[in-house]
Amino acid sequence: MKNIVYLDNSSTTKPCETAVKRINEALTLCWGNPSSLHLLGFEAEAKVKEVRQALAGALACRADEIYFNSCGTEGNNTALLGAAHAMRRRGNRIVTTAVEHPSVLETVKRLESEGFEAVYIKPDKFGRISEDAIANAIDEKTILVSIMLVNNESGAVMPVTAARRAIKEKASPALLHCDAVQAFGKIPVNVSELGADMLTLSAHKIHGPKGIGAIYIKKGIHINPLLTGGGQENGLRSGTESVPLIMGLGGALAEMPDPKTQLKAQKELLSYTCERLLGTGLVRINSGPDALPYILNISVPGYRSETLLHFLENQNIFVSSGSACSKGRGSYVLREMGLSREIIDSALRISFSRFNTKDDADALATALVSAAAHLRRVK
Amino acid sequence: MKEVILIKDGELALKGLNRCVFEDKMISSIKNRLKPLGEIKITKSQSTVYIEPQSEDFDFNCALEKMTRIFGIAAFSRAAVCEKNMEDILLKAPEYLKNTMLGIKTFKVEAKRSDKRFPLKSPDICREVGAALLKAYPHLSVDVHNPDEIITVEVRDFAAYIRAGQIKGAGGLPVGTSGRAEVLISGGIDSPVAAWMMAKRGLILNAVHFASPPYTGPRAEQKVKDLLKKVAAYSGTIKLAVVPFTEIQEEIGKHCPEDYFTLVMRRMMMRIATEIARADGCLGLITGESLGQVASQTLPAIAATDGVADMPVLRPLIGMDKEEIVTISKKIDAFDISILPYEDCCTVFTPKHPHTRPKPGQCEQAEKGLDIDPLIDRAIKGTEYFYISET
Repeated sequence: MKNIVYLDNSSTTKPCETAVKRINEALTLCWGNPSSLHLLGFEAEAKVKEVRQALAGALACRADEIYFNSCGTEGNNTALLGAAHAMRRRGNRIVTTAVEHPSVLETVKRLESEGFEAVYIKPDKFGRISEDAIANAIDEKTILVSIMLVNNESGAVMPVTAARRAIKEKASPALLHCDAVQAFGKIPVNVSELGADMLTLSAHKIHGPKGIGAIYIKKGIHINPLLTGGGQENGLRSGTESVPLIMGLGGALAEMPDPKTQLKAQKELLSYTCERLLGTGLVRINSGPDALPYILNISVPGYRSETLLHFLENQNIFVSSGSACSKGRGSYVLREMGLSREIIDSALRISFSRFNTKDDADALATALVSAAAHLRRVK
Repeated sequence: MKEVILIKDGELALKGLNRCVFEDKMISSIKNRLKPLGEIKITKSQSTVYIEPQSEDFDFNCALEKMTRIFGIAAFSRAAVCEKNMEDILLKAPEYLKNTMLGIKTFKVEAKRSDKRFPLKSPDICREVGAALLKAYPHLSVDVHNPDEIITVEVRDFAAYIRAGQIKGAGGLPVGTSGRAEVLISGGIDSPVAAWMMAKRGLILNAVHFASPPYTGPRAEQKVKDLLKKVAAYSGTIKLAVVPFTEIQEEIGKHCPEDYFTLVMRRMMMRIATEIARADGCLGLITGESLGQVASQTLPAIAATDGVADMPVLRPLIGMDKEEIVTISKKIDAFDISILPYEDCCTVFTPKHPHTRPKPGQCEQAEKGLDIDPLIDRAIKGTEYFYISET
């Protein structure tokens, strides 16, 4: 696996050295159960505490507002089901966007089948949600608002703070949940600045291992847990804590640079990449101008996404196709953005990490030119 | 309790003068399939085939399951091995047959003895075993006309065998008795079913698959291998040829009229398949075509592709409905794999308005712009081979 150009970081990221090291340590040296009363448990618990502290620092919240779980999907499920059920007596309405991650959309659909009413705010052609639309959707019957901070396909950054404002202005009892899985580690995420009551994130998007995530729940807010049992994580998430994976998350946090400084560098890389790609004359950029610089959605009209993806992988360049193969669905996010069939069927998502360089952009551009020269155009 | 598997004479799904050959092929199939489970001894004696495990840790239930997937066997049974005396038979019978007896209300005992020196005559054996069973399972009663189950006791040269009822076999003819044929396999529902049906008639299977990277990805090829694994569970090992088809598809795209893409593509596939088939000693091709299912499966279209194959093309699904095909696909556990959505080459270059009723000569005309022989040569040179087995 040497010398690949990995541009699929929104799918998952390569675990960093520190993460791998810490996981190893946990597996070989620190393998006690944090709930055990003896020394082995105590030591494991201490490690978990450390990571919890570090994560709280990164989010600017209290350590006792952090709950570890297995992934972003679990976090989203916990937040939505827990909050909706806890607030049931105060209203029936859930406001979210039409471009949320499936773990939010499917869970909201599930709540709809339980009798809740749901509003799915539609995005504009760049995948952005307008502040007005959010404000208009929220009323006194709204009990839950869920808006992602960054969309995983378009890179659009959503105005989560506008939701907090609207909730206040409309005197709504709504709890505000924010899926920050794609945002955390890439832009500053400060829970009080955002105004979020609950926030979800995932380790494997920030060069940590897969299988570990966390949810922030503001102190004072009580929701029912998804899993009941031994009462770990203050009763919110029973199950033996995954110390190795938590320590892996800790390792990822330790290596994580300050988002603000890294963002500047990434803006430059994105600009360079767009220049090279547009220079080929083959590419249409689907992401908006103010999207997260780490996520770039493009289309190469005339060529099928999956064909391009395989062509690129033969050149050791790895990206994501927004759409599945011709046998079915295209990306629902791109569809909501109102893009044409031709654009959707030829869409690719390029997603960067702090380890990508200008060389990667060059390789991508060159490969796309080569693809157009070799592949048959779809009529 | 020691057990054996029995295959009775009338249970071999074949008759006639070639029976010895067929029987030997069937026995060698059994040997191959059961070999991974441990040592077995197979003997033929008085129109019964006995399969005896030789080791303690032989997984008998696994063997039975594998037996249901060996072609050439209409039915078989499992039997307990007893010493050649009534004491042992009467001791073992109730225990061995417990699960069966608890599930039925009426039964009858039949007995055979090949050793005429055995102290009891057959009717007496029936009576005593029947009595023992009635005693052990008081809810039972004997019905000699229409019993729920027939218990058979056989006294042979070296042992006695007790069995109840038969297990349905896969039927068909033993693999290898009809020769070897090559199936054109895509990742769809039809071709694996066609392959299975022809293996059932005694053909050894080779397979050929056309891959068009980057239009098709590695998952499509894996899907084909997974499907062939399911077929191999019945047919034995399949040699798979994966042919690089990208250049040919692109050339067709450049030099042939659009509405003939599919027909020309299928003709090229047939040509390549025939060459590979011949080189591997196959006497025919197999496809999953059914009449009327898609544009390329009209009679004139089939005639157009048949024209370039100079060996028989077997189309076992030709008269079947989709529903019937799906039923078999599910039975051989291929359906869930077949419906996985990975692009296969057939759909990548689909014309908007495919020609469905080519007149004779029109396909040849459409192919005029292609330099056929070198294209075929390169494709065959680039072909990769794999051996696909059940595990």
